[in-house]
Amino acid sequence: MASSASAVDWRQEAERVARGIRRRVLAHVLRNGGGYMSQACSSAEIFATLYTRILRIGPSEGPPVPAPFPGVPSATNKHYFTGAAYNGPRAPHLDRFYMSPAHYALVLYATLIETGRMAPEGLAHFNQDGASVEMIGAEHSPGMEVTTGSLGQGLSQAMGVALARKLKGETGRTWVFMSDGEFHEGQTWEAMQILTWHGLDRVGIYVDVNGQCCDGKMDDVLPLGDLAAKLTAFGARVVEVDGHDVEALAAAAEQEHEGRPLVVLCYTDPCRGLDLLRANAPKLHYLRFKSAEEKARYAEYLRRLEEEG
Amino acid sequence: MEVLARVHAKNIVKWAADKPEVVVFSADLTSSSEADLFRDTYPDRFFSMGLTEQNMLSMAGGMAREGFTPFVHTFAVFLYRRALDQIAMSVAYPNVRVRLIGFLPGITTPGGATHQAIEDVAVMRTLPNMTVLSTGDATDVESVLDVAQAIDGPVYIRMLRGEIPRLFPASEPMVFNRARVLSRGTDIALLTEGICTEEALRAVKVLTAKGVSIEHLHVSTLKPFTDPQVVEAVSKAKYGVITMENHTVIGGLGSAVAEVMAENGVGRRLVRLGLQDTFAHGASKQYLMRELGIDAMALVWAVEGLLDTCFGITESDLSAVRLTAVHSDAKAEAL
Repeated sequence: MASSASAVDWRQEAERVARGIRRRVLAHVLRNGGGYMSQACSSAEIFATLYTRILRIGPSEGPPVPAPFPGVPSATNKHYFTGAAYNGPRAPHLDRFYMSPAHYALVLYATLIETGRMAPEGLAHFNQDGASVEMIGAEHSPGMEVTTGSLGQGLSQAMGVALARKLKGETGRTWVFMSDGEFHEGQTWEAMQILTWHGLDRVGIYVDVNGQCCDGKMDDVLPLGDLAAKLTAFGARVVEVDGHDVEALAAAAEQEHEGRPLVVLCYTDPCRGLDLLRANAPKLHYLRFKSAEEKARYAEYLRRLEEEG
Repeated sequence: MEVLARVHAKNIVKWAADKPEVVVFSADLTSSSEADLFRDTYPDRFFSMGLTEQNMLSMAGGMAREGFTPFVHTFAVFLYRRALDQIAMSVAYPNVRVRLIGFLPGITTPGGATHQAIEDVAVMRTLPNMTVLSTGDATDVESVLDVAQAIDGPVYIRMLRGEIPRLFPASEPMVFNRARVLSRGTDIALLTEGICTEEALRAVKVLTAKGVSIEHLHVSTLKPFTDPQVVEAVSKAKYGVITMENHTVIGGLGSAVAEVMAENGVGRRLVRLGLQDTFAHGASKQYLMRELGIDAMALVWAVEGLLDTCFGITESDLSAVRLTAVHSDAKAEAL
């Protein structure tokens, strides 16, 4: 996190974290022979700005190297834990963060490492048998505390948390990260109606509008149309920003939205910072190398990034 | 027989008075789900969710994580059919304290296939962490909330509403995972759930008078299904076992009993009365119970089949049917 002692401007820090996220995810994808790469390209600045500037959270209370998978939650499992500890302690005045599209887990883990909340060695557990650092994160995975891999359920669960916090008079905000594909889901629109009807204005949503879903471009699969207009019609305070501009991302969180939920639509480029990826368009959901030559090109690009620092 | 109206509506108001952690979610069926008195009494703890069942179930899961106990009220079909993924991932997986109050179990409604929860027990039994309870009379309805609230995880309840009989003494509340023994016997083991218990009692009386020795258990905990009384009853039944449920015979009480019998090596014939892998349709409860073979006469014929005998019992020999009016002050609508 930025500190006055290091005299590093928060913008520079956020941009450093964003670069680190992309570099770390690329390195990991190369090591694993595949992964959710475009998600890191589109959302690196969003995660970086959330964790360095927007979220009011304390230092991580999670083990630097995540503990093994504790078994599924059950009446008899007394050892279950969630990954919420990586987002710091719980307190009425502090924020909560919920990541809805759980296949962004690698981006979240990279963010935790770049912000000093998890040790780099933790990523070695990614998608390993018996590890909590799952490929599609679940609530035991670092930085997560609800299970959101079935898209569209993260917002509603966070709203349940926010409703409880409202009844308890807590002042902290409840932040949700979503992908634009989740606005295909009917549940998301159910949630938007209830958000405004019950006045849950301590909820803020950052949406990675990268225009991509699993099958390809959303405009070819099922276009969302004018998402800002739709959300405004549903009663939200909508702010539209360049999702790679850390200053604009941070300023959006400060916009007045009393009585209404805040939705920040972050328009992003799914190949940002990794032009090589454009050759795969429109199939960007999961990067898998088709040849040794292709992999070598990405490895060479990573080497250059690491030299640049 | 004492018949009471709007038992749950009144009970939950009284019950929740000293439980500030209890909140009620409703999906536009507040009067129909007997949550209207709660709404009027505790408006700060009642949340109108409109017709947003998927969102409502995920929200309930989120809220339960923060120390509240959401009691989600709507028709059963709109819980387990419409929002199953949300129940599985937002409620059952994290094993949180959400109470799913499912109304209109089986053919208790003339609302037809869209409103009749005929496979809810089967679906909910398969979800890890989920407890499944069923109510059969006013005493069950009055005591099921205590049973549910003692469980540190999600609970699904088949809830009765409107005019319901008191079959069991008010002083004998439902007990978790323990069937009520309504009669003792060694010829036939009879296990019934929900409204089928009232119906079965009409036949048991006549059959007992004919000399048939029946061990009759009223089952209210459908999952877990580890009540030792079940093994004891089926093991000593000389002629066989009959289950009777307001539900499809696949995955409900009949299946649960079959599993227990097989796992314990109990080699007895088993007759499963219930919906025989069919949907139902809009008609009165009594008409559908007759048509689908879950009424007192169907039970008589099942017993006669196992005993390979014919008692010559006719409908007029049975205790009178308790008919309920489709339109009644005890219900918000005719459904």
